[in-house]
Amino acid sequence: MALAQADVLAGIKEIVEEVAGIPAASIEMDKNFTEDLEVDSLSMVEVVVAAEERFGVKIPDEAVTDLVTVGDAVNFIVNAAN
Amino acid sequence: MSIKLPAIGNSQILSVGSYRPKRLVPNSEIVDRIESNDEWIQQRTGIQSRRFAGADETVISMAQAACESALKRAKLTIEDIDTLILATISYPFQAPSAATELINVLGNPKAAAFDISAACAGFCYGVAMASDLVRAGTSKNVLVVGVEKLSDFTDPDDRATAFIFADGAGAVIIGQSQEPCIGPAVWGSDADARDAIVLNPAYTEFRNAPDKGVAELGWPNISQQGQTVYRWAVFTVSKVGIKALEAAGVRPDELGAFIPHQANMRIIESMAKEIKIPESVVIADDIRVNGNTSAASIPLAMDVLLEQHPELHGTLALLIGYGAGLVYAAQVVQLPPKP
Repeated sequence: MALAQADVLAGIKEIVEEVAGIPAASIEMDKNFTEDLEVDSLSMVEVVVAAEERFGVKIPDEAVTDLVTVGDAVNFIVNAAN
Repeated sequence: MSIKLPAIGNSQILSVGSYRPKRLVPNSEIVDRIESNDEWIQQRTGIQSRRFAGADETVISMAQAACESALKRAKLTIEDIDTLILATISYPFQAPSAATELINVLGNPKAAAFDISAACAGFCYGVAMASDLVRAGTSKNVLVVGVEKLSDFTDPDDRATAFIFADGAGAVIIGQSQEPCIGPAVWGSDADARDAIVLNPAYTEFRNAPDKGVAELGWPNISQQGQTVYRWAVFTVSKVGIKALEAAGVRPDELGAFIPHQANMRIIESMAKEIKIPESVVIADDIRVNGNTSAASIPLAMDVLLEQHPELHGTLALLIGYGAGLVYAAQVVQLPPKP
């Protein structure tokens, strides 16, 4: 099933809020996970696993380091799902 | 014609003992070489300090002290021990085993003694084997020792590992019991991820390239892929803990304590969440003060927990060991009675 970018972004916002306690309203496509949202490498693993479960995609460990911004994660998931 | 076998019995942990090296090393002593800081280390691992063994504190001397403490508490002598299982990855000889050196030093050179290599899962592997040896009647009293001197195999300049690993020893004695006091082990491997934690190069590399030596080849220090291990521990190994509870027929709210391998406080907290450990259960957090001592971390944490919470003697605890391999083992045990 194709996923829309807006739906994935909404899902990522919820996950990041749940994992890292960052208000969903402050999470946008151009935000950097580490520098803007203070999501460290271990929290990033939790975000990735939650996103895999929610969107039914596989995000391998070697791809995680390339997910620098929220937009990187959203686009990776949209591409992987479609 | 038939073969005679003893009836299957039950097993229990009779006692626990441990040894911690004298030198406590705070984060402030580690941070300069890795351009890090105390806050960063504590945030990611919960570690405030660790213990490093001195030159006079060897794998054998630390294990000996832990075993002697466990023997005293069980009111047994070394002659009562017929089997010794030693878990380590830091004994600096290929052979003979650390177990045979230890059993000789302890004063019972005739007992069965062998090492197992299951890294941070080694102690739980040892408990699983010891329990089954006692239940089957092969052994009467088994000493299970986890011991590590990881400071010999840790690169003080590695920003990913220098602050994690530590030294120490812990031992339990497993003997016969009227009632079942050690649950079935749930164990296995994820060996297709064996590159996630490694000690390279092989010793033979130093012989093959004598001109290069340690300066160029490096030393077989531990290196690990932190994110991979974190993901595996929290989301795969937690399920092993749930299976061990199910196998023993024990609900999380029936536990007195949760004593997973002390790898990282974030892993421990996330595991507890995944397994749905209730607030009534005491969670071992020895990692904060004493670092990650691999095969020794569970018995060390168990000993500290019983010292801090004497009411936990005789209650049920969930143990989960996991580490390089990748390998894992978990079981529910009844904590030893008050000595």
